[in-house]
Amino acid sequence: MTTIRQMDEQNPGAKFRRFLLRQEIILFIILTIAIILLTLGSDKFLTVDNLLNQGRLLTEIALVALPMTFIIVTGGIDLSVGSIMGLCAILLGYMWNPSGPFQWPLELAVIFSLVVGTLCGVINGLIIVRIGVPPLITTLATLALYRGLAEGISQARSVRNYPESFYVLGQGTFLGVPTQLWVVLIFVLITAIVLSRTVFGRSLYAIGNNELGARFSGIPVGVYKIIIYGFSGFMSGMAAWIFVSRVTTTRSDMGSGLELDAIAAVVLGGTSIFGGSGSIIGTVIGFVLIQLLKNGLALAGVTTDGTIVVIGTVLIFAILINNYIQRRVSAGK
Amino acid sequence: MTATASPVTRPPVQARSGGFLSRALSFLFTQEVILFLVLVVLIVLVGSANPRYVAERNFINILNGNAYIAVAAIGMSMVIISRNIDISIGSLIGVLGTLSGTIAINGYPIWASWLVPIVAGALVGAVIGFLVAYLRIPAIVVTLGLLSILKGGLITITGGAWITDLPSDYFLAQMKSPAFSFLGLNVPEIPSPILLMIILTILAAIWMRYSTTGRAIYAVGGNAEAARLSGISEKRIIMTVFIINGITAGIAAVLWATQLSIIQSTVPAGLELQIITSAVVGGVSILGGIGTTVGAMLAAILLSAINSALVFINISPYWFRAVVGVLILVTVLADRLRRQRNRASERG
Repeated sequence: MTTIRQMDEQNPGAKFRRFLLRQEIILFIILTIAIILLTLGSDKFLTVDNLLNQGRLLTEIALVALPMTFIIVTGGIDLSVGSIMGLCAILLGYMWNPSGPFQWPLELAVIFSLVVGTLCGVINGLIIVRIGVPPLITTLATLALYRGLAEGISQARSVRNYPESFYVLGQGTFLGVPTQLWVVLIFVLITAIVLSRTVFGRSLYAIGNNELGARFSGIPVGVYKIIIYGFSGFMSGMAAWIFVSRVTTTRSDMGSGLELDAIAAVVLGGTSIFGGSGSIIGTVIGFVLIQLLKNGLALAGVTTDGTIVVIGTVLIFAILINNYIQRRVSAGK
Repeated sequence: MTATASPVTRPPVQARSGGFLSRALSFLFTQEVILFLVLVVLIVLVGSANPRYVAERNFINILNGNAYIAVAAIGMSMVIISRNIDISIGSLIGVLGTLSGTIAINGYPIWASWLVPIVAGALVGAVIGFLVAYLRIPAIVVTLGLLSILKGGLITITGGAWITDLPSDYFLAQMKSPAFSFLGLNVPEIPSPILLMIILTILAAIWMRYSTTGRAIYAVGGNAEAARLSGISEKRIIMTVFIINGITAGIAAVLWATQLSIIQSTVPAGLELQIITSAVVGGVSILGGIGTTVGAMLAAILLSAINSALVFINISPYWFRAVVGVLILVTVLADRLRRQRNRASERG
C-alpha cells in the first residue's frame, strides 16, 4: 500500500488512472450509460414519481444484498435468504392470523418473525463454523429446509386483511419519499460504515483474503461469521416484513429467487465471489442498476422475461469486463 | 494432457490396508450402501403402513417419472466433484426439452428431436466450461447469469405455450425396452428411462473410476494445485466436466419432454435443487474430491420415493422440501463425522 502511495506522489496521473479503473467508477459509468439509454427509450423513465416507485420495488433485494456483501467479502455465500424471507413472511401472517391458531398482536408477530429470521441465519452460521460445512452446501440445504417449513406451516394458504396501519411501511411515504427507502438508506449507511471504518468490517476482508492468517492474528473468525450470517437472516426478516406490508398478503413462495437477485447485485457491484474485496457502494450501484434495467426495459416494451435475459447477460459481461480491466491494471503495476 | 499421465492420478479412494473385516466394514459405511439401506427401510416402513405404496405399479412409476433427475445428477456429480456447480441446470433442461418438442412437431425426423437437445446441451456446457476455465469467472456466477438468460429466453420465445400434437413415435420415455429378450431370458420389459438411468450411471461410475480423465476430475477437485503439478490440465478437465454435464442434461431433457403427451415449455420449478441435492446426498463430498454417480442415482431415487411416500402416509406434500433440507444436512453431518473418525483411526 505504501509503495503505491509513493508511486502516486511521483506520478499523479497514475493515481487518477487507477481511480478511474476502480470497479465502482466503471459501474457508475455503466449505470450512467444505462440511464441515458433508458431515458431515450421512454419519456416516463426519468421522472421523480417513477424513480421513487422503483425505490420501493428494489427494497427487498437491497436489504438482503447488504449483508450478502459482508458474507461474500468473507468468501462465503448465503443461498437461503429468499427462503428465510418466505418463512418470516409466513410466520408473520400465521402468528397474527385472527382466524388462525395463535392470534397474536401484529407487533408481536413481526418481532417474532424477525427473531426467527435471525435465528435461521445464526443456524446457518453455526453449521458453517462449528461443523465446518461449506457455506454453499449449508445454505443450499437450509434453502430447501426453510422453504419447506414455510410451505409446510402455511399449507400454501395465504393470510390477508392486515390493519391499515400495517401498510405504512410498505406503501406510505415519509417526507415525500417511500417509507422503506428510508430504511434502506439507514442500513446502507450503517453497513457502509461498518464494512469500511470498523475493525469488525476490516476483519471481514482479512477473513476473505486469508482465513488462517486472520485466525492467527487473533480475529475471532467463527464469531464474526456467525454474526454476519445472523445479520443476513435478520435482514431477510426485514425484507419479509416490508414485502408483506407492500403486497398486503403472505404466501409461502415469497422471496423465491431473491438470493439470485441479491448475489447478482453484489457481484455486479464488484465484490469478488472469492472473497477479500468489495464495497457497499458497489452493491448499491449493483442493485440500483438491476432495478433500473428492469423498469426501463419494461417501459421500453420489453417483457419481464426478456428483462431477465438482459440482466443475466449484463451480469456475465460486467464480470468479464471487470476481470479484463483488473488484469490490465495489475499487469500495468 | 496425454493418456500416459495416468500413474499420477490413481484412486484417492480407500487403498487402505487391513483385514477382511475392516474392509467389509468400510464398505458397509460407504454412502451408496447407507443410501440403499435407508431406501429399503423407507420402503418397508411406508409399505407396512400402506401396502399400496409397495405395489409394483407405483414403484415403477416413481422410478420412471424421476429417472431424468438421476440422469442429470450424473453430470452434476462430476461438476461438483471438480469443485464447481451448475445452478442453471433446471432451466437448461426446460429449454432443451422444449427444443426437442419443437423439432418433433415441425416434421423433422424423430431421431433429430432426441439428438439435437443432447448436442445443444454439450454446446452450452462447452460455453460454461470456457467461461469458467479460460476466462476465470466462477461457475456460480456464470450459471447464475445463464439461469436468467435461459429461463427468461425460454418464456420470451415460446410465450409459455404448451407443445401438443407430438408425433406418436416421439415418446421415448414411454417406450419399453425388450430387455434381455434377445438372450432368451424371461425378464420383464424395462421402461426405457429406467434402463437408460441404470446404464448411464454404471458407465459413468466405471469411467470415473478407471479412466485417466475420470481420475483427473477427482484430482482437480481434491487439490487443483497438486493436479496441475502432476501434469493434469485443469482447464481441459473443467471443460470436459461441463460438456458431460450438458450432455446428461440433454438426455434428461429428452426423457422429461417425452414423458407426457404435452410439453409445458417452462422450467420445472426447483429442479436444479433436486439434481444438486441428489449429487450431494449421493456421496459427492461437500468439499469436492470424493464421490460416485451410483450414490447420486440412489439419492435421486430416495428423494422421489420420499416425495411419493408422503402422500401414502397422509403427510402433506408441502413438507417435502423441508425433508429434502434435513436430508442434505444429515448427509453432510454424517460425512463430517465419518471423516473425523477416519482421521482419528489413521492417527492410531
